[in-house]
This record gives sequence, C-alpha cells and structure tokens, in this order.
Amino acid sequence: MQTYDRDIIINKIVRVLNVLLKAIVIVIFIFPFYWMVVTSVKDLAEALQFPPTLIPASLHWENYTHVFEVVPITQYFRNSVIVSVTVLVLQYLIIVPAAYSLSRHKYRGKKLFFGLVLLGQMIPQQITFLPVYFMFSKVKLLNTLLPLILPFISNPFGIFMLRQYFMQIPQEVIEAAKLDDASNMKIMFRVMMPMAKPALVTIGLLSFISTWNNYFWPLIMTSSESLRTLPVGVAALKSSETLQMWNIIMAGNVVLVLPILIVYIIASKKIRNSFTYSGIK
Amino acid sequence: MGTIQLKNVKKQFDKDVVIENLNLEIADGSFTVLVGPSGCGKSTTLRMITGLDDPTEGEIYIDGQKVNDITPGKRDIAMVFQNYALYPTMTVRQNISFGLENKKIPKKERERRVKEICEIVGLTEYLDRKPAKLSGGQRQRVALARAMVKQPKVFLMDEPLSNLDAKLRAQMRVELIELHKRLGTTFVYVTHDQTEAMSMADTIVLMKDGEIVQQSSPRELYNNPNNVYAAQFIGTPQMNVLRDMLPDGKMLGFRPEKLYFHETDDPHITIKVQVATKEMLGSEIIYSLNSKYGTLMAKTDYELDTGAEASVCVPLSSVYLFDSNEKRAELDDKEVEVIKASFAE
Repeated sequence: MQTYDRDIIINKIVRVLNVLLKAIVIVIFIFPFYWMVVTSVKDLAEALQFPPTLIPASLHWENYTHVFEVVPITQYFRNSVIVSVTVLVLQYLIIVPAAYSLSRHKYRGKKLFFGLVLLGQMIPQQITFLPVYFMFSKVKLLNTLLPLILPFISNPFGIFMLRQYFMQIPQEVIEAAKLDDASNMKIMFRVMMPMAKPALVTIGLLSFISTWNNYFWPLIMTSSESLRTLPVGVAALKSSETLQMWNIIMAGNVVLVLPILIVYIIASKKIRNSFTYSGIK
Repeated sequence: MGTIQLKNVKKQFDKDVVIENLNLEIADGSFTVLVGPSGCGKSTTLRMITGLDDPTEGEIYIDGQKVNDITPGKRDIAMVFQNYALYPTMTVRQNISFGLENKKIPKKERERRVKEICEIVGLTEYLDRKPAKLSGGQRQRVALARAMVKQPKVFLMDEPLSNLDAKLRAQMRVELIELHKRLGTTFVYVTHDQTEAMSMADTIVLMKDGEIVQQSSPRELYNNPNNVYAAQFIGTPQMNVLRDMLPDGKMLGFRPEKLYFHETDDPHITIKVQVATKEMLGSEIIYSLNSKYGTLMAKTDYELDTGAEASVCVPLSSVYLFDSNEKRAELDDKEVEVIKASFAE
C-alpha cells in the first residue's frame, strides 16, 4: 500500500516537472520574439530605458510607417519575395526528378552522381563566393537579381531528403503504376509526389527560410540599393551613425520574420508528418 | 486470346541463377496456379510475364506475340499484388480509373466502366474514400477492380489473399473462382499454399528450384504425382514414403487417407503400428503411427487411443512406386510381388 502511495507521488512530481520543463523551453523560445514585437511598438525612450519594461506603456504603431520611410523596405520585400520564390520553384524542378532518378532507377554511375550531390552539400558557401562573384562580373550580371538566384537552384540536402523519402515508397505501388501504363513523368507527378507531400513541404520551407534569411550572399553580390533583400535592408537600419533606434530596428525585424512565421504555421502539420512517415500497409 | 508461352527462359540476378531453363505454356482462359516453396522461382516467373523483370535469356509470348521488348503497361495484362499496392493518395475511384486514364480512354467511358466494376465487387459506396480508410478485404477488392476495369487479356496475381484472415480468404477464394468463370479470361495465380492451389486451379504448375516439377490438373497431380516431391507437396498430412525397404533403393508411397484400420479383400499390404499421437479434427482424426518402417501418418474417422496397437492395411491399388531418383516408377506385377514379399512378416 505504501509503495503504491509513493508511486502516485513520484508520478505527480514527474508530471509537474514535465510541464515545468516544457514551460521553460517555451519561454526560452518565445521570449526573443516577444521582445522583438514589444520593442517594435515602444517609443525610443522606453525602448532604451533601464530596467526595460515587459509591457509597453503606450503603443506606437507609427514605428512601422517610420521603417517604410527610412529605407525602401517595399523594394527590399519585393526583391526578397522574387528571389525566394524563384529559388524555391527552380529547386523543385531539379530536386524532384533528381531524387526520383536516384531512388528508383538503375544506371551506371548512379552512386557517383549521388556522391557528388553529397559532396556539394559539404562545400562551405564562403569558399565559393569569390569565383562566383567573378563569374557573374565577367558575364555582367552583377547588377541583377540572378547572382542571388542561380547559385542556389541546386539543393543537395533537398535531393538527399527527398531521395530517402522516395525510397520508403513501396516498390509495388510504382510497379502497379507501370502496369497501369503510366509514364515516368506521370509516376513522378501523380503517384510519388503526392505521397511525398510532407517531405516536399519541409524541403520547400527550409529552402524558403534559408533564402529569405540569407544575409552574407546578397550583401556581397549586390551593390545597388534597388537589388537588396530584406535582411540586408533591415541590417542597414542599424548601421546609421546616430543613436541606435531599437524600436525602429525591431519593427523592421518583425517585417522580416512575419512571412516566415505565417508560412511555418500553415505548413507545420505537414512538416511534423514528414518526420513520422510510414507507408500504408 | 490470353495464351502465355515462355520459351527457354533463364533468369539470373547478378550471379544468382534463379531459373535455368524454363518452358511453360499457359492455355487461354485457364486458371493456372504456380505453386511451390518460397524461392522456387514462381514469383520471378510471374514478374517476367508482367515485364517488371526481364528474362536474362529466352522469349516470352502473350497471345502469340513476343513481348520481351514491350513495357508492362502495353502488354494488356493486369496484376494484383500481395499487399494490394494501391495509390494511397488517390480515392478508390481514382485508383481504379488511373489505368484507363493512361490509356487515354474518354472520361465518360471511364466513369461508366468504374461504376460498372464497383457494382460487381461491391465498392460503390466507398468510391470517394482513400485506401487508408478501407478494411483489408475492401482494399483487396479495389485491387481487383483496378485490374478488372482494364479488361486485360491476362490476370496475374501474386499471393493476393495472403494478407487476409482465414475466413475472408476462404470467401475471396470462392469469389475469385466465380470471377474467373464469369470473365473467362486467363488467370495466372502464384501461391505457396497448396490448398489454395488445389481449390482454385484448373491447371497447377508445381515448381521447385526454378524448374517445373509437374504441370497438370489438381486431380491428376493428386492421383498421379511425377515424383516424391510432387507427391509430398500436395495433401495434408503429406504422403507416407518408405525409403529403405524395397530392393534397388526403390521407394513406396501411400497417402494417409489410404491407410485403413480394417481388413479389405483387395490385394493389400499389412503393417503393424502403434498410435503415437492423435489429432482430432472433427470429421476425421490424424494419427501419427510408429511402425518398424518409421513414422506413418494416417487420416481416418476410426477411433483409437494413444498407445493402442493395431494392424493397418494399404491396398496395393493405392500404392505409388518411386525409383531411386525419386521419380515415379511403374507398378507392374513383378514389382507387386516384390512389395508383397518385402512386407511379408
């Protein structure tokens, strides 16, 4: 009887600890976002005040209009959308057939090709920027958005992940499609891609976030103001020589982060699925 | 018409020769069952007929036309897989009509055919469901409907019932037999289950190690096995084969159900036995009997207790003779005398 009571108590403690730990983790993750949003609506005095306030004394939405006045953020936003979406679409066009071929076809040199894909994954971007920069300079494309798009249309990680996912699809389903006289294209688009939807969404999201947030590459590849993307533009908010306008900087950051947050919320269920996939038996 | 011919077919996976030299003819409109233990090459044979695997050597003909270089989708065949292999992201309707769509059959015609087939197999109310929301039996029906709707020359089935429970399996077996009767199309069916083979086939192709052991009707296979392997593959319990008691290494076989506990007037041999185990099946009992020739199996309705001693008769008309290579040998008068002499106490 006593051990039974003890078990109940231990059980309760474990449960409380469980909730507590989760709460701590949530706070750790949420707090920076909260801080960003809250600061973005404070006036400058309050933003710089010490000790800082957790709840703003008054709401200053005009910070956001101010951001749009200080820098051409609409232009940045448009550039970011063009670059991210184009990269995403072109990546899909390459990833899907590559993954299909690497997972489902037999041919000479397949292992070599796959090895090259993995190798591509291992080369740090920083090494490639100089030759790439010179290349674009030579073909006189530096003053366009292309240097931000073309180097990123291959996505080794995406190919790898989709290949793994495709390999889990039962062979019989593809054979059934072959017996149904479906072409390779049709097998890819009608049978395999719908089955791999969670993986496609995850790859797309990761690619979108990485392109959207890319700072280093656009910074060195673009010199003209009109070609800058959001991360570069928002960072420019900070580099004014006067006093740091933290409230304005944070408002710019909200504009930067919001699209990703929205996309993530829409896609989160699919992403979870992609990590727990199991075929129907 | 749905005749199938395999001529001198060889199949090799890397260095592994699965089938050395196979010659097989499957008659139009037959229900042919390829049966044998796993690894005997029956599924490989089926897959070569579908075109999902290519033969290393040899030729395959469907309806008199050589199909070696024709893709699976253009061979005018349909296949039902063991695990159904439905398209999980498509509804039942889309699953069934996918093949028709690829054959560029007009939408109206497609819809008519899907509707018609679904009425036959009883899927009409599930047309808009996805496979994950169906029971095993219903998925099986979708797989069948998907094959039927294409109106193929040949139906190929690879252990289609093995994922179903015993009751449903028996029911589907009957339905498949009826389906074959109604369609009159060639069915080629692969299984390792001899009961399934015996109950459904009009022709059984018994395979072992990539070779055909015997191709005949179920009755012929049961009554006239070519060799010890065929004799023992069909029938439960398997045929009793006494190996070391006739001269020249010849062997004697008789089925457990041809072993009688009462005297008969027909010429017979008598064996003294003791009951080792008893398995009550209801209508009949399976005994395992100890004798001086080894363990014998008997299937009868005769009641005996474990440990009881008895004399059993085996009519000579029910006895099979095999030579030292396990091939069936003729039982002539001379052999009968030898057998009688060997069993004389």
